[in-house]
This record gives sequence, structure tokens and C-alpha cells, in this order.
Amino acid sequence: MNLHVQHVLQWMSKTNDKIQANKEYLTSLDQAIGDGDHGINMARGFQEVMTKTEASQYDTVSDLLKDVAMTLLSKVGGASGPLYGTAFLKMSMAVKGHTSVDQPAFTKGVEDALNGILQRGKATVGDKTMIDVWNPILSLLKENESVNAEQLEDAAKHAMESTKDVMAKKGRAAYLKERSIGHLDPGSVSSYYLFSSLAEVMKEGE
Amino acid sequence: MKKIINDPNLVVQDMLKGLVAAYPNSVQQVPNTTVIARKDAPVSGKVGLVSGGGSGHEPAHAGYVGYGMLDAAVCGEVFTSPTPDQVYEAIKAVDGGNGVFLVIKNYTGDVMNFEMAAEMAQAEGIEVEQVIVNDDVAVEDSSFTTGRRGIAGTVFVHKIAGAKAQAGGSLQEVKEVAEKVVANVRSMGMALSPCTVPAAGKPSFILEENEMEIGMGIHGEPGTERKAIQTADEIAAELTQKVLDDMKLTSGDEVAVMVNGLGSTPEMELYIVNGKVNELLTEKGIRIYQTFVGEYMTSLEMAGCSVTLLKLDDELKELLDAESKAPAFRS
Repeated sequence: MNLHVQHVLQWMSKTNDKIQANKEYLTSLDQAIGDGDHGINMARGFQEVMTKTEASQYDTVSDLLKDVAMTLLSKVGGASGPLYGTAFLKMSMAVKGHTSVDQPAFTKGVEDALNGILQRGKATVGDKTMIDVWNPILSLLKENESVNAEQLEDAAKHAMESTKDVMAKKGRAAYLKERSIGHLDPGSVSSYYLFSSLAEVMKEGE
Repeated sequence: MKKIINDPNLVVQDMLKGLVAAYPNSVQQVPNTTVIARKDAPVSGKVGLVSGGGSGHEPAHAGYVGYGMLDAAVCGEVFTSPTPDQVYEAIKAVDGGNGVFLVIKNYTGDVMNFEMAAEMAQAEGIEVEQVIVNDDVAVEDSSFTTGRRGIAGTVFVHKIAGAKAQAGGSLQEVKEVAEKVVANVRSMGMALSPCTVPAAGKPSFILEENEMEIGMGIHGEPGTERKAIQTADEIAAELTQKVLDDMKLTSGDEVAVMVNGLGSTPEMELYIVNGKVNELLTEKGIRIYQTFVGEYMTSLEMAGCSVTLLKLDDELKELLDAESKAPAFRS
């Protein structure tokens, strides 16, 4: 893994493509166990990320990630805005000073991002939230010296699918208790799109 | 969908324009934001009070902006929490030098967005404190879940914390009295029919002609039970009992009562409900200090109502009685 500004731009662009293409799907997942706005909010936020980053020039990955963070914070709303915004802000701070982001630097970025999500959302592993995708990805990065695209995709997909059989303890889905079992967590699905897009960027470079 | 709107995506902006036009001498829209602030904000030396949340609950929250209540309300998209940058603009707009107090309803998004804004303001040297309102007894309160939701009882927090700040209370004193209200206020609602978020275009749930849902949230979140519709007296009794089960009121206690309409329930029906609530409380020896009947915290055009009880002491009574010029606070 060796991410430069152009790779992170591709990462955001692919993430946006997946979210726009699956906007209705994300919303339908959220209608089942939440308040039904996840697709609408994420699509609006990532569209704004594209508008902002395409109109700007970046010298460092850190500056780019910071713009992604601030755009998501101000455009998404709901719970996803602060959670994704915090994640990218922490990642931006973690990779500050790196002209290219290798796996150790990216791992630190994911670790700080996850800690930010944990703190902001006051949730923990197994609550049926996006944490259930971010945490296994961090473990993958920590336990393997050189993670490849296929490993990243597989880990993210497996983690996302594993939220289906869990009872929600945080977010609006928690009001449903047992009735939340059998549904995928929408935030885990959007987090899967994020890491799956990164895997695609990595695959093109392999 | 049949609504008096221009564009489903512009309902919040259009509403704010009309709201400012209605009360030009008391409120202003902070430029380039969805923040409604007191016309004279920031009031030098006074603790600033900021509330807000998704739109669609009018008159909450912008209707409670005015002398003796809120200094600003942050208006998010319909049923969607406002973003941290908007809340931060509100904090800056009302900071009179003695700190800003945030009233937050207990929803995951609201709490996160307001807390991020508080951190941004604190980084700029503005002192910020907050209270999280969770008066809805329909939802089980547990440290393992998100906890109870904030609904109509929030209006009492606005009134009483607002009066405390208006009287010159410090940030810490405002926080203490707000926490006292939260500890002593409980609500329970029910719905007869759903509402339609303009951008979604269709109702978020369906209730059959003969059905009602007890405990439904103000965004159409599921309640505790869906069943055949009953009489007003039976509904009033069930809501009141659920609230009392959670409050431990004893004979001689004094309360404020709020019977709140959710958007399309006629006042006639709200008064019918209140008649029974009053009777039940009186039978138990609970003294009713003041009653509020009307629309205080709605859910677009949802039909239904909620019953809120606030246990009072001398301090809360005095602050409840204090003058407020907020247009929506009918006492």
C-alpha cells in the first residue's frame, strides 16, 4: 500500500459512485430499522465531497482528507455526518506530514479514526454499527504486514454481512431490540463501500 | 402527497423566511444559516440558550426563540439533526460573554452534532454546557441502549432554563435547573395517523383506519403497542398511567400538565383528553399548578397527542411563571 493524493481522490470518487448507485438500497435498509435517511444523507454528502475536491488542489493526503471530513460534517447531518466526519478528520491528523501513505501510516489513520468513532458514537464492538466494519479492518491491517486488495475486500464484506444477525444496541435501530435482527446495519454497508472502493484503488496499483 | 409547499427540498428555507417575516421585531435569521436568533442577540452578560433539531416539529424550536426562552434555534432538514457548523454559528451568535447552554433531545444524531459544535466553540474560547432531554417513557431507559427519546417535555426545559438565564443565572445555575427539569419531567405519546416527510413523498408507516399506536415517537419511531382505537378517556388514562408509573408522584405533589397535539389533532380532542387527565390526577390528590393544551411539539401532520407531567417545586414554579415573549409559548 502506498497512497498518494491521486489515489485518495480515486478512493473518494469510487466511494461516491457506489453510494450514488446504492442510494435507494441504503435508504431501504435504513427504513427497515432506522429513520430511512441514510442513503439520502450519504449521497448528498459524497456528492459535495466530489464537488469540493474536484475544485481544489492538494499537496498532501492529510489536506485532502481534512476537506473530505469538513464537507461530510457540514453536509450529511444525522448521525452519519459527525461519525464519518470525525473518522476522516482523525485520519487526516494521523497521516499529517506523510507525502505518501504506506500501510503503517494508514493503519494509524484507521486506528485513530476508529477511536474517534467509538468516542463520538459512544458505541462499542458488536452494537450493530459501522464500528463492526472498521474494527475488523483495523485488525486485518495490524495483523498482516502487507495487506492486498483481495484481503481488504473480503474482510470488509464479511464484516458488513456479519451485522445481519446481531441485535442493535446503538442508534435508532436499538429501539427495535430483537426486531433489528435479520437486517444489515446501513452504516456498516456504507463503510463496506468505503473499504471496497479502497480495495479497487489498490488493485489497480498491484 | 398533498401539502402547501413550493419545493420539497426547500421547505426549511421557505419556512424560515416566513417565520422571520411574521416576527420581524423579535427574531432574525443568522445570515447564510438555518439559525433563528433573538433580534437582540447576543445579549451582553446573559447566558445564551440554544436548542434545535430536525424541522417538522413546529412551533418547536424556532417558535420558542424570544425574551425569557431561547436565544437561538438551529433548524435542521425535516426530521434530520442540524450539522455541527450550523449549531456552531448559533453558539457564536448568542454568546454574550457568559457562556452558552445547549438543550439537546436524546437522539444519536442530535447529541453528536451538538457535541461536536460545543467542542468547536470551546476551542474558540466560548464556555459551553448542555443538557440532554429524555422524557419519553415509551422507550426503556438503559445504559446499554441509546436511551429514552426527547419529546414534548423539552418545551418545559426551554421555558425554565430560559427564565433562569433571563434572570441572570450563571451557566452552572442554568445547567442545574435544566437538569432538575429533566429529572422531573415525563411524557408519553400516541398516534392515530402517520406523517409524510416532504422529501420522501410518502408516509413513513401505515396505521389502519381502526388502529392507533401507543408510545409512538415524534418521527414515527415505533411505540410500545399497536391496537384498536379506544375512547379519549381510555387513551388519556393509559398515557397518564404510563407517565405516573415512571414518576412516583404522591398526594400533595404539584405538577404542570401539557396535553400536546402532534399536528392534525383538533384542540377539541386535546381538551377532551385533558379533561380525563385532570380528573385522574385530582383523584390521586395531585395538584395541578398549570395546564398547557395545544400544539407545542408536533410531528408534521401526524394525528395524535402526548401527555407530559412536570413535577414542580417553588423554584420551578417561579421560573415557569416568569415572563416569556416567545411567540409559540402559550400559557
